[in-house]
Amino acid sequence: MKFLHLIWRNLMRKKLRTSLTLLSIVVAFILFGFLCAIRQALVGGVEVAGRDRLIVRDKVSIINLLPVTYKQKMERIPGVELATHQTWFGGHYQDTRNFFMQNPVEPEDFFKVHPEISLPKEQMKAWLETRTGAVVGRKSAEKYNWKIGDKVPILTPIWPHSDGDQTWTFDIVGIYDSTDKRTDTTPLFFRYDYFDETRPNWGKGQVGWYTVKIKDPSQAVKVAAAIDSEFENSPNETKTEPEGAFVQAWASQIGDITLIVEAILAAVFFTLLLVTGNAMAQAVRERTGELGVLKAIGFSNGQMLGMVLAESLLMAVLAGSLGLGLAWMMISRGDPTGGLLPMFVFPVTDLVIGFGIAALLGFASGIFPAVQAMRLRVADALRRM
Amino acid sequence: MAGPINWFVQVASITKFGLLSIPQRRGAVAATIIGIAGVVAVLVGVLSIAVGFKRAMEVSASPDTAIVLRSGADSEMVSGLGRDETRVIADAPGVARTSRGALTSAELFVIIDLPKRSTGTDANVPLRGVEASALQVRDNVKIIDGRMFEPGKNEVIAGAGAHREFKGLDVGQTLKVGRNEWKVTGVFSANGGVAESEIWTDAHVLQEAYRRGDSYQSVYAKLNSPGDFQKFKDSLTSNPQLNVRVERQTDFYNAQSETITRLITTLGVLIASLMALGAIFGALNTMYSAVASRTREIATLRALGFGRSAILVSLMIESLALALVGGTLGAIAAYFAFNGLQTSTMNFQSFAQVTFAFRVTPELLVRGVIWAAVIGLIGGIFPAIRACRLQIAAALREL
Amino acid sequence: MFGVMSDSNFLVQIKGVDKMFHRGSEDISVLRDLNLNVRPGEFLALMGPSGSGKSTLLNLIGGLDQPTHGTVSIGGENVATMPSRQLAAWRARHVGFVFQLYNLLPTLTAERNVELPLLLTHLSRAERRKHVEAALGVVGLSHRTRHYTRTLSGGEQQRVGIARAIVTDPTLLLCDEPTGDLDRKAGDEILALLRALNGQGKTIIMVTHDPHASHSATRTIYLNKGQISDTMPE
Repeated sequence: MKFLHLIWRNLMRKKLRTSLTLLSIVVAFILFGFLCAIRQALVGGVEVAGRDRLIVRDKVSIINLLPVTYKQKMERIPGVELATHQTWFGGHYQDTRNFFMQNPVEPEDFFKVHPEISLPKEQMKAWLETRTGAVVGRKSAEKYNWKIGDKVPILTPIWPHSDGDQTWTFDIVGIYDSTDKRTDTTPLFFRYDYFDETRPNWGKGQVGWYTVKIKDPSQAVKVAAAIDSEFENSPNETKTEPEGAFVQAWASQIGDITLIVEAILAAVFFTLLLVTGNAMAQAVRERTGELGVLKAIGFSNGQMLGMVLAESLLMAVLAGSLGLGLAWMMISRGDPTGGLLPMFVFPVTDLVIGFGIAALLGFASGIFPAVQAMRLRVADALRRM
Repeated sequence: MAGPINWFVQVASITKFGLLSIPQRRGAVAATIIGIAGVVAVLVGVLSIAVGFKRAMEVSASPDTAIVLRSGADSEMVSGLGRDETRVIADAPGVARTSRGALTSAELFVIIDLPKRSTGTDANVPLRGVEASALQVRDNVKIIDGRMFEPGKNEVIAGAGAHREFKGLDVGQTLKVGRNEWKVTGVFSANGGVAESEIWTDAHVLQEAYRRGDSYQSVYAKLNSPGDFQKFKDSLTSNPQLNVRVERQTDFYNAQSETITRLITTLGVLIASLMALGAIFGALNTMYSAVASRTREIATLRALGFGRSAILVSLMIESLALALVGGTLGAIAAYFAFNGLQTSTMNFQSFAQVTFAFRVTPELLVRGVIWAAVIGLIGGIFPAIRACRLQIAAALREL
Repeated sequence: MFGVMSDSNFLVQIKGVDKMFHRGSEDISVLRDLNLNVRPGEFLALMGPSGSGKSTLLNLIGGLDQPTHGTVSIGGENVATMPSRQLAAWRARHVGFVFQLYNLLPTLTAERNVELPLLLTHLSRAERRKHVEAALGVVGLSHRTRHYTRTLSGGEQQRVGIARAIVTDPTLLLCDEPTGDLDRKAGDEILALLRALNGQGKTIIMVTHDPHASHSATRTIYLNKGQISDTMPE
């Protein structure tokens, strides 16, 4: 646009003030990025939850176990494609603060039900051939520097060996990756059959919970009800719900994170609006005479409005983009809490929303000064110059 | 003329002019004050979550109470102790005794689902089985409504926090969990501590309801004095029949809250630092434009003989004053908005809800105001230096 | 001159113009039943004491303000009742302003200042450049095009102002005290420039309080208490 030069020069009028306002905006958007990443980390599991998966657990208490025999029974229910299970192992590696899941699973079934993680064929083969084998996610492998062939001791107070030993040693036979950045790749999985043989008699034949893959996502609620009625009145009644609902309920227990994040962001952007709006208002006030000249030359009211608005939009969008870009880079460097969060990414949807907010900021902070510029009476303005 | 006194007079008068000019610049001044207030309010608010959570974990812990878990367990949930073991523990030296026996409570707990009052969605709540002596072992637990449950019966008492957060826990109501029904006979308080998030019943009844046989998860023991802890611990850890871990209740709860506290504090400081940076830019903006609009005035003062340092100091005072106003406003806002705000969250280490209140301590308020002062100082120093470097003649000519 | 002339010969025709200003609760009448005709190619000087309304009259001619009553016809178009969007476009096409305080934009270079009116046309960048160079050449500032206005002297700034005023080849050049802020020498250079432009056929209306400046004009009229006369008031 031919007016770009004029608009640019107007921004450069008071370089220091423009720079400081710009920096405030950049910082606000970096904060925006981090808050979105934090929110995603704490409640974002819902989005990666499989729409074609149900979680089946003991109805009375989540820490109660279910019989492993339920698998066959569930697979006979219409609508169910495959049922696989996991059990809470509750161990830690070296330090209790190194937290990640280690669950015994049925290798092939598990990966079939969870297509968002993938394991190279040779590694799966090696796993099936190694009783004490385990596969670990890329994130934990990198954190603890594990490679294929390493022996990893995990100490668990819940499941001692039949001889009382609380340490289980696994052979790392594979490292799995996720196809989606938001999927957690910290867990370690080992073989259920090894788990069942090695644990004490009182625990044998029981598993923690099932993940059921269903044929048609639209039938999720129906199939869930069918599963629960199958086991009604049995010693272990079940509670089945779609994976998304389960994760959502879990997340809502953390507290209203979304609300807190939104409250902070609202406060930040309100203040920012004040700051930017004030800067623009000042800029226009100082330029009354110049604006009068432009009107005298023949710039129409609409053009005056447009120019001032363009100025504030340019500043907000430039600074906002810079802030979002910096946030992206900083967030890609990883979790600032050092592993306490399951994931740390800047969701693309939020990035796009960020740009929208930048544009909105530019508009909102510029609109009143722009209207004032538009309404200027030329004769008065010139006299004041 | 007395030099230093004159200097103070100079500083005072320049500062007065500065503050008097504020109405002309009210937009920018308001922006700065509100910006700094916002930073302080957020900082204090977020950190008060961590303080509140930690306090809930610690407040019910006494230094003369010990917890015994299975060795290797970092939380009660993954621990397991047999009946015999609990008896051995009860007989250990250092344990306080009454006419009815040792003041120990062997406990176990399960997690049940209850709907939250606020959202209606289910959340995990601990249902803990305790022994008859529990109220004496956990000596800040008091029944505040109704009565204690009767041993052997399907009766429960609800913690005040749990009662507040979840539906169905009023005295007289019946809780249906799975195949069992539990009658709520009372509500108890525990000084705001973590026990208030729980529901208690008789350990034997719970064992039966959940087919736990004769196993427990922990033993709480009241010692004769805090000094007896080492004696107590040593006798248990050196006993070949036992494979246990012994902690003071205070230390144990401290460790339990560590993860969440660390998480919240890290995130809180990160957020507040970014906001503070933004506020510094805002403050710089305000002060630079203040100096710019008073260039001729400042130059005139200097031409008249006011010293450079007096101008520097008075501008810093002005910036500091604005920042402190903002900081105080933010601190007050945070106090009224957050202190005592009841909430609950999930403790990662036990998967159970912990009810607690936001806590705005004097220390936090002071910290917030200090942050504001730092922002004000940084925001003021550079413009103030610029004001001193002004070429008087050029500035006087400026229109 | 209020001679008998046919209407079509006048570039500017002002008939029965009143202009009232509201200052708080007071109504101040600045111009009263004013009539004025200006022929194309005239260099008219408007003189009068301060407060006589000469700047107001200039603003009315230039479409910067509109009268309370009456018509202001320029080249056949009545700007007294034109809607403001149209007025802006009209100004861009037909009027060039020269101000006492130059009114240049300090954020722009000389050539960018001159270019401003051209931004309102559909000319391409290259074409705009050509016009700007030409205008600056006319005022004798080809060597200072890239300079920012604060590095120019008062006289040079006014010349940039004139270049800006003529760059679109407007119908009328309106000057409000163009030499008011300049010393004698610089002022004379500006007046010489204006005379040269007038010699090439530009119609110029100039408000001034300086009798020396009015000698450059082809006709001088006097404004006093909102009324026009040919002679200087007592």
